[in-house]
Amino acid sequence: MNNVTRLALVAACAIVLSACARQVREEPQPAPVAEAAAPAAPVADDGRFGPEDLDTNPCLMQRTVLFDFDQDAVRPEFQAIVACHAKYLQDRPEARVTLEGNADERGSREYNLALGERRGNAVMGALQAAGGSAGQITVVSYGEERPVCTESTESCWQQNRRVEIVYTAR
Amino acid sequence: MLRHLATSALLVLALLLPLPSQAQALEIDIVGGNAAALPITVVPMPYLGTQVAPETDVAAIIAANLNRSGQFRTLPLANLVERPVRGTDIQFPTWRVLKQDFIVVGRVLDAPDGGFRVEYELFDVAKQERLLGLAMTGRARGLRDIAHQISDQIYERILGVRGAFWTRIAYVTATGRGDSLQYALMVADADGANPQTVVRSREPLLSPAWSPDGRRLAYVSFERGNSTIYIQELATGARELIASFRGINGAPSFSPDGTRLAMTLSRSGNPDIYVMDLATRALTPVTRHFGIDTEAVWTPDGQSLIFTSDRAGRPQLYQVPVSGGDPVRLTFEGDHNAKASVSFDGKKIAMAQGERNVYRIAVMDRSRAPPVWQTLSPGNLDESPSFAPNASMLLYATKEGGRGVLYAVSADARVRQRLVLTDGDVREPAWSPFRQR
Repeated sequence: MNNVTRLALVAACAIVLSACARQVREEPQPAPVAEAAAPAAPVADDGRFGPEDLDTNPCLMQRTVLFDFDQDAVRPEFQAIVACHAKYLQDRPEARVTLEGNADERGSREYNLALGERRGNAVMGALQAAGGSAGQITVVSYGEERPVCTESTESCWQQNRRVEIVYTAR
Repeated sequence: MLRHLATSALLVLALLLPLPSQAQALEIDIVGGNAAALPITVVPMPYLGTQVAPETDVAAIIAANLNRSGQFRTLPLANLVERPVRGTDIQFPTWRVLKQDFIVVGRVLDAPDGGFRVEYELFDVAKQERLLGLAMTGRARGLRDIAHQISDQIYERILGVRGAFWTRIAYVTATGRGDSLQYALMVADADGANPQTVVRSREPLLSPAWSPDGRRLAYVSFERGNSTIYIQELATGARELIASFRGINGAPSFSPDGTRLAMTLSRSGNPDIYVMDLATRALTPVTRHFGIDTEAVWTPDGQSLIFTSDRAGRPQLYQVPVSGGDPVRLTFEGDHNAKASVSFDGKKIAMAQGERNVYRIAVMDRSRAPPVWQTLSPGNLDESPSFAPNASMLLYATKEGGRGVLYAVSADARVRQRLVLTDGDVREPAWSPFRQR
């Protein structure tokens, strides 16, 4: 697969997510860049995700949803990520995820514990709305206790205001 | 009275002995000063016995305590032109010239049982009147406790308010990086000395809360993956799992009589305040709201809880009867007010107050109408205030140079004492109740 095709697939996945049920892996047809936004038709399968897609599908490989300060609303730009994970859960009833809610360091630790849970619940709600089932999803909040970035700057805080989608069963 | 005090000092020592003493010490330094503080001289107390002299400098501990309270200013040792050891040695004109209001003299002697006996006297310089003359006895390792108890006696005799130097603080440390990151719940003397490990964990620990008798700590641990509340007996290390429901199990707070524990649970899908009867483990819901309700603390009468809620948008403090009912909003200043600590008399509420990206410790005196506000800390990421049991000082946590440090600040905000871990973060301070005399 050449780089242009790869980029085209990533773009297609990001833009028209529902149509990108499965990344094309065999004998890709060299798609012109102009057609990148068009639905990339799944090739020779039932359009369902399989466990290996978690390691290869550009959308499924994204497992972090970021949030605004003191907010728990899933931002529009993360709807695509939520949608592909919801489809994965729908395609694979045996799959299980834990949603780990986190907050930045501002505000008290216990409040942030609650805020992290709310963010986890917001992603759970979005996953269920898009086809995942409640029994597949667990929410845990770590509040501000597990930062990925430890500086007291806005860019760092943004990285910490997150929900991580962790697959406990594929 | 004297024998009783000595027994207390030994008892404390015995309680601390079973715990390992490998804990990393906090480094302590004092920031700021208070020109309006009462001038007092604490003359070094020489050892006059025949054993090896004890390492603990009793007078130095007393002087440090009085200074960091913000209410006293001790004469620097270099200015001590005389060093009287007994009241009868004091030349009062000397200390009047040095503008001292009070002078403390004392000496350390051998006790018949192989320990030490500290005798001291407190004088009013202007009146040339002896205000206190007491002796306390203990082992070498109990001398710090004796110095703190003497500090309390001096503080109370002069100010008419019980001293809180002979108390303890609990806090959480985080040391190491990456895979070697380790958390510890610690207990130390109120001045940061004598740190002891209560529990260690590879997973985060937070929200230590003292039982009213000072014998137990409730805290939150992530060792089971999710947040879980434990209560641990300090003397024995024995602990009980208190709450491990689905969702958050956080923010424990003992009722003033020690029979109940307020906590935050999200078992019903949303963080709300509950009260658990510790004898029966029966849970009573106190709040029921779709917003975040957390960080409940008890009012001194045990009738109400003050908690953080974002029901109006941003976090603010509310008060609700323990028996249930409609919460009343308490704070209307500042974008963000959270994590209340209530003074022993219920008059003052300390909290972390946020305006944009600056978080400071603020105190609201609700005994005045309208309430009077005071800012106690400079920011920017100050949090987790905890009143001393006499409300003369507060502990809080902040971040300096990328790491967590604690400050003890006098109630007038004039004197701050920093408590720093040599290597690692220190956070989540909780000041103990008074020790039982």
